[in-house]
Amino acid sequence: MAVPLSSQLINLFAALLLLIAFAMLSQRRVLSLINLYALQGLVLALSTATVAYSTHQEHLYYSAALTLFLKVLLLPWILHRLIRRLNIKWDVETLLNIPTTMLLGIALVIMAFNVALPISQMAGTFTRATLGIATASVLLSFLMMITRRKAVPQVIGFLSMENGLFFAATSATYGMPMVVELGIALDVLVGTVILGIFFFQIREAFDSLELRHLERLRED
Amino acid sequence: MRIALFPPIDIVLIIIACWLALGLLSLFSQRSATPVTRWVMPASALASGALLAAGLFALAQPPETAILPLGLPGLPFHLRLDPLSAFFLVLEGGTSFGISLYSAGYFQQRTPRQLGILSLEYHLFLASMALIFVADDAYLFMVAWELMALSSYFLVTTDHEIGEIRAAGYLYLLIAHIGALGILLCFGVLHGAHGDYTFDSMRAATQTPFWATVAFLLALFGFGAKAGMLPLHVWLPEAHPAAPSPVSALMSGVMLKTAIYGLLRVTFDLLHVQVWWWGALTLGLGLLSALFGVLFAAVQTDMKRLLAYSSIENIGIILVGIGLTILFHAYDMGLLAALALAATLYHALNHAFFKGLLFLGTGSVLHATGERNLGRLGGLIHRMPWVALLSLVGVLAMAGLPPLNGFVSEWLMLQAFLLTPSVPHAYLNMMVPIAAGALVLASATAAYVLVKFYGVVFLGQPREPRLGQAHDAGGWERAGLAWLALGCILLGLFPVFVIIALDNVTQSLVGQGLAASASAHGWFFLTPVSPARASYSPVFFLGVVLLVVVLTFLAVRRFYHGRLRRGAPWDCGFPAQTARMQDTAEGFGQPIRQIFEPAFKMTRQLPSAFDEHPHYAVSVADRFWHALYAPTARLAERISGLIGLIQHGRIHLYLLYSFGTLLLLLFFVR
Repeated sequence: MAVPLSSQLINLFAALLLLIAFAMLSQRRVLSLINLYALQGLVLALSTATVAYSTHQEHLYYSAALTLFLKVLLLPWILHRLIRRLNIKWDVETLLNIPTTMLLGIALVIMAFNVALPISQMAGTFTRATLGIATASVLLSFLMMITRRKAVPQVIGFLSMENGLFFAATSATYGMPMVVELGIALDVLVGTVILGIFFFQIREAFDSLELRHLERLRED
Repeated sequence: MRIALFPPIDIVLIIIACWLALGLLSLFSQRSATPVTRWVMPASALASGALLAAGLFALAQPPETAILPLGLPGLPFHLRLDPLSAFFLVLEGGTSFGISLYSAGYFQQRTPRQLGILSLEYHLFLASMALIFVADDAYLFMVAWELMALSSYFLVTTDHEIGEIRAAGYLYLLIAHIGALGILLCFGVLHGAHGDYTFDSMRAATQTPFWATVAFLLALFGFGAKAGMLPLHVWLPEAHPAAPSPVSALMSGVMLKTAIYGLLRVTFDLLHVQVWWWGALTLGLGLLSALFGVLFAAVQTDMKRLLAYSSIENIGIILVGIGLTILFHAYDMGLLAALALAATLYHALNHAFFKGLLFLGTGSVLHATGERNLGRLGGLIHRMPWVALLSLVGVLAMAGLPPLNGFVSEWLMLQAFLLTPSVPHAYLNMMVPIAAGALVLASATAAYVLVKFYGVVFLGQPREPRLGQAHDAGGWERAGLAWLALGCILLGLFPVFVIIALDNVTQSLVGQGLAASASAHGWFFLTPVSPARASYSPVFFLGVVLLVVVLTFLAVRRFYHGRLRRGAPWDCGFPAQTARMQDTAEGFGQPIRQIFEPAFKMTRQLPSAFDEHPHYAVSVADRFWHALYAPTARLAERISGLIGLIQHGRIHLYLLYSFGTLLLLLFFVR
C-alpha cells in the first residue's frame, strides 16, 4: 500500500517539528533558541500549506500565510530586538541539567503517544498519526518553560507551545475556524509585546531577568 | 381594547428601561444637583406609579410571557408576568413611588457628583428588583439578583469614608454572595432536561422527594440569607443603618420581599411536591427570627438599628405564614393554604408600606437633628408636626393596632393558626398553640418597641438644646411620607378589596382563592373563612373609635371648662428637673433586657457610688455572632492559610503545578 506523497511530507514535517522541540530543550543560547523558534514556525507553515494543498481547504492557505508572517518573521524579529536591547545573548542557566531534561523529554513523548492513540484512531483525517507528535511538542515546550531560569526562554517556550497546539489542530481536524485562529494569533502577538514590556520592568526593578527575584513578591 | 395593544409586560419593560435611562441621565448632571432632585426623582416616582398601575392591571390577567433578545447568543432572557409577579410589582411600585418622591427632597443636600452616582445606583436597584419579579429563567433571575446585590452594596456604602460603613457593606456583600450560591445550586438541582434553565422546563420537570427537599433547603438558605432569616441575619442590622434613609426604606420594604418572592416561586411554582416538615421548619425559623428580632429591637438605642431588627421580626412573621401555607398545602387543605398565603402576602405588602414610612421618618429626623441616637432626641412633635403625625400612622400600623393595615394581616395570620387543629398530625397540633403564642408575644413586644420608639423620639422634652433648631420636612418629603401613610390607612380600611385582588395569586399558587368566602358579606365585613368563626370590619371599628373620641371631646367641653391649659408637670417634690431625667430608650427597654437576659450577650459598666464622673454604659451583642460567625471566620482564615502554603512565588513551581495537572488529566480523561 503506497502512502501518498503529501502524507509522507506531513509525517516528515512532524518528525522535524519533534526534532526541533528537542533541540530547543537542549539549547542553552537565547539567540539560537529564537532561530529554532523561527525554524519551527517555518516547518509549521509548510506543513499547513501541504495539508491545504492535499485537502483543498482554502482557509488553511491563509493560516499558513499567517503563520509564516507572524511566527517566522514578526515574532522572531521582535524577540531579536528585545534581546539586543536587553543585551542578553549569552547562555541560559537551566534548573535541571540538559541530559536529565532530555530523558524526561523522552518519557513525555512516550506518554504523549500513548495518550493520543485513542484520539487518532477516532479522527478521520489522514494526518492523524501526527497528533501524538503535536501533543509531545506541547509537553516538551511546557517542560522547557519549567526548567529555564530566565524570563526570555520561558516566553519562547510559551510561544512554541502555541505552535504545538496549532499543529495539533491542523492534524486532528484540518485546522480551527479562521476566527479562532486569528484570535489566537493576535493573543500571541499581544502577549509577546506585553511580556517584552514586562522584561524591562523586571530588569529595572531587580537589575536582572532572573525569575527567582520575583519570589520576593509573594504575599505572606 | 386599547390596553390590549400594550400588554402589561411591555409596560413593565418600558418602565425598567425608563429607570435605567433616568439613572444614566443623572450622571450627566455633574455641576448642579437640581436636575436630579427636581426632575429625575419625580420622573422616577411617576414610573413607579405606572408600575403600580400595570401591576394592578396584571393581577387580574392570565400570565403573559415575552422573550428579550438580550443576554448571550442563543440564550435569550425569558420574561413572564403572572399574578404572583404582578403582586410584587404592585408592592415595589407602591412603595418606591413614595420613596422616590421623598428622595427628591431628601437628597438635595448631597453634592452633585455624589448625587449622580447615587441616583444611578438607586435606579439600577429599582430596575433590578423589577427584573427579578418578571424573570422567567434562572439565568435572568441570577443576573438581576446579582445586579440587585451589587447596586445595593454600593448604595449601602454611599458614605464609604466611614470605616464602619465599609465594614457593614463588606458583611452585606459576603452574605449576599453566600446566599446567591445557595440559590444558584437550587436552580441547578431544579433544572429541566438537557440543562434547560427556563422556569417553564423546571415546572415541567418532576423531582423525586429527595431532590425536591434538597432544592427547597437550598432555596430556604439562599433566600433566607437575603431576607435576614435567623441565623443569616447579621448583615441586616449593620447594612440598613449604614445606608441613606430612602435606601434603607427600599431595602427593608422591597428588597427583603424579593427573597420572599423567590421562596414562594420556588416552593409553590417550580416544585410540585411539598413535604409537611418543610413547613414546620420554615415556621420554626420564622418564629425564632420574629422573637429574636423583636427582642433585639427592644434594647436598641439607635433609631435605624431598631427598625432594622424590627425588619427581622416582620420577615419572621412572613416566614411563619409561608410555613403555614406549606403545611396546609402539603395536607391538601386548599382554603386554609389560601388563607395563610393571603396573610403572608398581605403582611409583606403592609410591611413594605409601614417600614418604608418609618425609615423615611427617621431620615427626616436625622436630617433635622443630625442625630440617630435615641438618647439624644425627644420632643420633636413640637418642632416637626408633619413628620410626627405621619410617623404616628406608621407606628400604629406596625404595632398592629386596628383599623390600620398591620392589624389585618396579623389577624389573618392568627386565624390561620387557630384553624390548624384540623391538620392530621398529632405533634403539630400540640405545637401549634405554642407557636401561636410566640407569634402573639412577638406582635405585642413589637407594640412595646414602637411605644418606645415614638415616645422617645417625638414625645417628652428635647434632650439636647440644639433639638430646638430642628425643622420640619420639606414638601417633597412630606408628599412621600403622606403617600405611604395613606397606603397604610387604605390597606387597613379596605381589606376585602385586597383579598379579592390577591385571589388570582392564591389561585395560581395553591389552587384555591379566598375571595368568595372573604367577600361573602360585602366589602364592609372581612370574613376569611366563615362568619361563624370570625369577622372584622375596620370601617366599623374606625367609626366606633371616632365616635368615642368625638363624644369624649364634646363631653369634656360640655361638662368641664373646655379650655386648653398648660401647666408645669408634677415634679415629685423635686424642683430641679431637666430633660435628661426623662425615661430613656435604655430605661424603657430595661424590663425586656431583664426578662430575656439569656438571649443577649450583655456587657454593662456601672459607675460606683464614689465616682467623680459617673458613667453608665451597656452594650448588647448578638450571641449568634460569637457562636457561629466568629468561629466560621476563624476556620476560613485557617484554611486560606493552608492554601497559602502552596503559594511560593516561584514561577517554575506554578508552571509545574499546571504541568502536573495537565499530565494527570491527559492520563485519566483519555
